[in-house]
Amino acid sequence: MDLWNIFEYAAWGISGLLLLWMLFDAVQVNRDFSEELLTSSREGELEDTTEKHELT
Amino acid sequence: MSSTDTAGQDRQRISLLRVLGPAHVWALGVGIVLVGEFMGWNFSVGKGGAMGSLIACWVIGLLYTCVAMIDSEVTSTVAAAGGQYAQAKHIMGPLMAFNVGLYLVMAYTMLEAADALVVGDLLSSVAGEMGHDALDPRPFVVLTIAALAWLNYRGVLMTLTVNFVITAAAFISIVVLFLGVQPWNPGHMLQHRELLTDLPYGWIGVIAAFQFGIWYYLGIEGTCQAAEEVRSPARSLPYGTMSGIITLLIAATMTWYVATGLLPWEFLGQAATPLYDAARVTGSTALQVFLFIGTTFAAIASANGCINDASRAWFSMGRDRYMPLWFGAVHPRYRTPYRAILFLIPIAVSFSFTGLLDQVITFSILSGLLGYTFMPVNMWMFRRKWPLGSIRRGYVHPFHPLPAIVLLLLCITTYFATFLGYGTQLLAMMCFYIVASLWFTFHRYKYVRRGDQFTMPWSRPRGY
Repeated sequence: MDLWNIFEYAAWGISGLLLLWMLFDAVQVNRDFSEELLTSSREGELEDTTEKHELT
Repeated sequence: MSSTDTAGQDRQRISLLRVLGPAHVWALGVGIVLVGEFMGWNFSVGKGGAMGSLIACWVIGLLYTCVAMIDSEVTSTVAAAGGQYAQAKHIMGPLMAFNVGLYLVMAYTMLEAADALVVGDLLSSVAGEMGHDALDPRPFVVLTIAALAWLNYRGVLMTLTVNFVITAAAFISIVVLFLGVQPWNPGHMLQHRELLTDLPYGWIGVIAAFQFGIWYYLGIEGTCQAAEEVRSPARSLPYGTMSGIITLLIAATMTWYVATGLLPWEFLGQAATPLYDAARVTGSTALQVFLFIGTTFAAIASANGCINDASRAWFSMGRDRYMPLWFGAVHPRYRTPYRAILFLIPIAVSFSFTGLLDQVITFSILSGLLGYTFMPVNMWMFRRKWPLGSIRRGYVHPFHPLPAIVLLLLCITTYFATFLGYGTQLLAMMCFYIVASLWFTFHRYKYVRRGDQFTMPWSRPRGY
């Protein structure tokens, strides 16, 4: 086994860890927050109100 | 978190985070595209010769300049994730919006898969040069997708700041190569006088080269996907998009000039990594290293931008119930469309595991081309329904309707060019979108809440 083989295993391992981290976090968020809140965003909502489409 | 409600009731809401500026928009657009200067564009040389490739470079450059101008105007008023999907929804209607959303998701996810494949192949070739034959590229393909998805999951500001740095580095590597071959001293390293020939396949070859000329610019329209996350959409999106297309026109011309001055067109038309090969021909180890890093960074930046854009398009379709609402969720801490990002990971990995780089990229280009064909019609309807002065625009593109007409004509020509090379794939793609449209019309559309999808404070369109 040379260095490149180790890189291959390391790449599999790191990928698995990252994917598991995201899955774990997503499950935790789904459990801790209501579905209504998580899907509450609306398009075009500007938190700063400096831009308006209506001409004044 | 935002707590405003259109009904006036106190209700907590979460939305995507508005933290981006024009530089991030530039990084998103140019980052997706720049890999096309390092590979892919050179197949146009194989079709039309070096001069044919230059004609394709500039004609397709004109197509994308029209795309950038039209997109900048429309998206400076549509401050919504989803980009062209959101534009189509407001201006043309639900079926067009559904199709445009699918074009975007397919184009970006397949491009992401192709980019990850490139990273895997690059590492395999490096391992081969260092004496390790048959390196398995798959773990590096998965690592590329997983690491970039993780970055996207954790927040848009860091994602696009990283993209800015690596895209700028990749662009600088092209400039360094250009200066390294001493363009002010023709004949010293650049041999255009000897290498440039007439059109080897005549003008039909030039037309056939158009489909690969798209590689120089494919994805610049992705800047629109940041509309809901930029601090000032009306200012940042036009600045980022227009500076992006200017950067690409310069990079494309420099790329063509250097590569055609160092490599004969017969070789260039088939090369896998033409700029890296050009650097090898110079004999400079420093330039080789620069170009290897540039190629790798460009592929990573492209995949990173594609994850960002595909997830925003999918998220927007979920939020409007064009897809299940579940996908329209925002992460309460990172403020990203985390479910859309997660959902698209296995799809991208599946595409990349096929190993069919040319097929994957062809389907990506075809989806992009379908999206460009929608734009001129969209522009005409936008100016007709909301004439100048009816809503505030961050940018008004000049010479309307000339850019829309030019864009439509160039799209038709490029369809013909694509049909010459990939007729079966073109027809298969059309069939896929027709079946998807039937599914949406007869099944999915009943779940869409028609009033809820329009929440932007636009004035009523003229004639309604």
